[in-house]
Amino acid sequence: MMKRKKMPSSGKSVRIIFLGLLSLAVLIVGLLHGKDLVLFNPKGQIAQNQAHLMLFSITVLVAVAIPTLSLMYFFAWKYRESNSKAKHDPNRTLGKLSVVGLWVIPIMVLILLASVVLPATYRLDPHKAIVSDTKPLTIQVIALRWKWLFIYPDQNIATVNYLQIPINTPVQFELTADEAPMNSFWIPHLGGQLYAMTGHSNLLNLIADTPGIYAGQAAEINGPGFSGMKFVARASSDKDFNTWVKTVKWSSNTLDLAEYNKLVLPSQNNPVTLYSAVKPSIYDTVLLKYEGAHNHQTEQK
Amino acid sequence: MRELLVGNLTWESLPHEWSTIGGTLTFILLGIFAVIVITRMKRWKWLWNDWLTSVDPKKIGIMYFIVATFMLLRGGLDVIMIWLQQSLSAGTSHGFLSADHFQQIFTAHGNIMVFFVAMGFIFGLINFIVPLQIGARDLASPFLNTLGFWLYVAGVIMVNTFFLFGGKYAATGWLGIAPLSGTQFSPGVGVDYMIWALQISGIGTTLGAINFIVTILKMRAPGMKLRMMPLFTWGSLCSMVMAVTVFPLLTATLFLLFFDRYIGTHFFTTTLGGNAMMYTNLIWMWGHPEVYILMLPAFGIFSEVVSTYSRKSIASYWSAVFGMIGVSFFALSVWLHHFFTMGAGGDVNAFFGLMTMVIAIPTSVLVFNWIATMYRGRIKFSTPMLWFLGFVGTFAIGGMTGVMLAQPPADFQLHNSLFLVAHFHTMVIGGVIWGIFAGISYWFPKMTGFRLNERIGRYAFWCWLVGFWMAFGPLYVLGLMGATRRLDHYDNLNWQPFFVVALFGGILIAIAVGLQLVQIAASFIQKRQLADNTGDPWDGRSLEWSTPSPAPFYNFVNIPKVTSRDAFLQMKNQGIPKPVYKDITMPKTISLGIYIAGLAFLLGFGFIWEITWLIVVSAIGIVVCIVLRTFDEETEYIISAAELEKMEKARTQKLLARLRHDDTYKDEDMGLREFYKSVLTWSQDFVKNKRWKTF
Repeated sequence: MMKRKKMPSSGKSVRIIFLGLLSLAVLIVGLLHGKDLVLFNPKGQIAQNQAHLMLFSITVLVAVAIPTLSLMYFFAWKYRESNSKAKHDPNRTLGKLSVVGLWVIPIMVLILLASVVLPATYRLDPHKAIVSDTKPLTIQVIALRWKWLFIYPDQNIATVNYLQIPINTPVQFELTADEAPMNSFWIPHLGGQLYAMTGHSNLLNLIADTPGIYAGQAAEINGPGFSGMKFVARASSDKDFNTWVKTVKWSSNTLDLAEYNKLVLPSQNNPVTLYSAVKPSIYDTVLLKYEGAHNHQTEQK
Repeated sequence: MRELLVGNLTWESLPHEWSTIGGTLTFILLGIFAVIVITRMKRWKWLWNDWLTSVDPKKIGIMYFIVATFMLLRGGLDVIMIWLQQSLSAGTSHGFLSADHFQQIFTAHGNIMVFFVAMGFIFGLINFIVPLQIGARDLASPFLNTLGFWLYVAGVIMVNTFFLFGGKYAATGWLGIAPLSGTQFSPGVGVDYMIWALQISGIGTTLGAINFIVTILKMRAPGMKLRMMPLFTWGSLCSMVMAVTVFPLLTATLFLLFFDRYIGTHFFTTTLGGNAMMYTNLIWMWGHPEVYILMLPAFGIFSEVVSTYSRKSIASYWSAVFGMIGVSFFALSVWLHHFFTMGAGGDVNAFFGLMTMVIAIPTSVLVFNWIATMYRGRIKFSTPMLWFLGFVGTFAIGGMTGVMLAQPPADFQLHNSLFLVAHFHTMVIGGVIWGIFAGISYWFPKMTGFRLNERIGRYAFWCWLVGFWMAFGPLYVLGLMGATRRLDHYDNLNWQPFFVVALFGGILIAIAVGLQLVQIAASFIQKRQLADNTGDPWDGRSLEWSTPSPAPFYNFVNIPKVTSRDAFLQMKNQGIPKPVYKDITMPKTISLGIYIAGLAFLLGFGFIWEITWLIVVSAIGIVVCIVLRTFDEETEYIISAAELEKMEKARTQKLLARLRHDDTYKDEDMGLREFYKSVLTWSQDFVKNKRWKTF
């Protein structure tokens, strides 16, 4: 037979070294990149609620996992082969009560989690309008190959790959796509993503509470231009937003159907483009181009 | 004329990107090398009669392992390329791969790892172990089994065919999500290669699964009730039932996608009423259960391992059984959690979120059950047990992140991010792959007659564990930093260090895989002193340990009679009955499986390149083969009692002769240095004495 004397001790020391390195790594990441952990540094109410939910479930799950795993590694150590002092009970199986416990513990944990998660699912449904005194801003988003077109119907302006919103104002994004595969519209700082699909108007409600420049991106694979299909989302004060709208109005570009048809053609890594005027019905035209178009907004009304 | 002969195949479609050409050359050279070696050793006949046409599930299992190992290396090379690109391609630098090529690589990686590595190993283990565990000589339909295996091989070849005949692989992600996979956005043959690779191997899986369900239900040893079945058999049964439930769905979905691409229907297109969301639904209705199809046999393996190495019965057999049944039941009702972000609304999302969290209940029960099994055990830390201990810690973290992802509001933030990628790799590597490794090192003596080298096995384990967390820890962090998956380039330089660490983790894993290959080679070198002379090296509890190692092709001289769980343990306690020699009926070798799979490959190839005559010929060929098979009435032969006795005696003689020599061997597993030395001596000897001439 093989000699196994050396094994447990060397195994254990490696495990300790490994755990030490792991926690050191976590610490370094925490110190250096705390701010970069975007999902835990929300800049809006939706992202904040989502972060809270994540932290809550992490807490509950860690509270269950740590004792469980500690118990397991403790048993592994205590009942190791070389420890002849530990009891050996080869035929021992669990009694009825313990079996019930085996099942009841995870069920209790699940009930605890579900009681928080299920209401949150309804509260944080992306279609649900954000309660606020400020009148919401509507932005129509069309995912193209491979760029984002943003239309501000009330301001009658449009932009490509650039988004500006006023803080503390609920923003209703109406999402669709044209001549493009499925897309996902995501601004991690502000909240979760939602799919933009042809012939389908999807409604995403977000809000920003801190001015700043936030990265936005396409999150679903959609072809060779995928990684370049990103945009900048800038949250600013109301005043700055209005000034910006006025600046856009100075742009010499306007978005009519002819211009739009050029924009629809596939292109990668598009620069930011601003349009001072938009043919009003472009979003609806694009949506209705597809048979059996499905509009979430009208359905909700 | 040319189009009539070879369809759309042209010289221009041949591979021309350097890394693809590298693959092409590797495949051609490996092929030539294999042909030369086999020809020189005059092993073609042996290969054909003893292996390729064999219906012995044990040999088929080993062939599954060999193919899956090659695919593991192939898929692993993909990963290194993916991580290298992501480490380099930040800010102004754009790495060494084009976006399209990068996307083909991760698509192929996903397909290969799930269909041809994980499925291959799982089917190999089920083939090898289940008949032995239930005390059967062979399977309900040996023909279906070899057909299933060869269809899997045809799928493996199909997924690599573009190396030889050109075109590209799909660049759509491993599930070919519509409408990206339609002809509008993916012209060319890439998606067709994927469709036919999955289609052919998927049909093989369905056939294999039917076969195993019937085998487990109808061919158990006399007296073995369902409630006495070993847990690996239970896990396999649950897994195979799920496979039969969902694999037809994959076949149907892929056919619809194929119709869209080939004859211009509009099931999943953007125009003319096509509904791409339907594709996402259908493919995940198969795709999520697929993960559990892989997971359940692994749960079974860990249950066997923890019970054997703790020298205790499983703490609560029924909890383990119902845990596995519960997992397979609930797994069928969670698919929508892969697209909460499609915007279905609160009711739908809440239901599927809840169902997903419910799966955590049976899974936690399984984990608690294993812990309770260790309580008051006598735990031996052999490598399978190390894999188990590594698995539980890793799996717990994967499970926790899984519960996070199951919560719709959180999923809106985590979906499509690297957090998700890290999560499912934690489950599939930590759960399935390590389960497979535990299973292989646990049952290795039964397959070969000698144990695996423990020392190098431990090195491999630690490299895997540390490498895994080095690779996927950073991906969790990147996900929380808002990094999406599948990026061939990114601007945020803060992400780069994490990708670099992940790359080093990947390299460490590659080293671990290399160590495992060394481990196997070292065990072959030392096979005399690692020999398992008793057939029961771990003091096992179930029937597979009651037969000698390696298991004879008829599995058992006498089919054992079973009266309780842990059947072999009871036999050992009550005294093992003396063998009685009787005539045995065994299935004959079948070559039709290879022909049908070859024709299925040609059929797919014909559809991919639109070569009409090839489609017609191979379709007719398949039908003819199946009809031929139905007329084949002499499918079995008899081993007489005298022959059986002769074989058994010869085996005993050999064993005794070996035992007499045993004390001349050193009593320790070889380390890396000894391995290096013996390989060096061997190759010096090989060159000096011109050993290739004696082949």
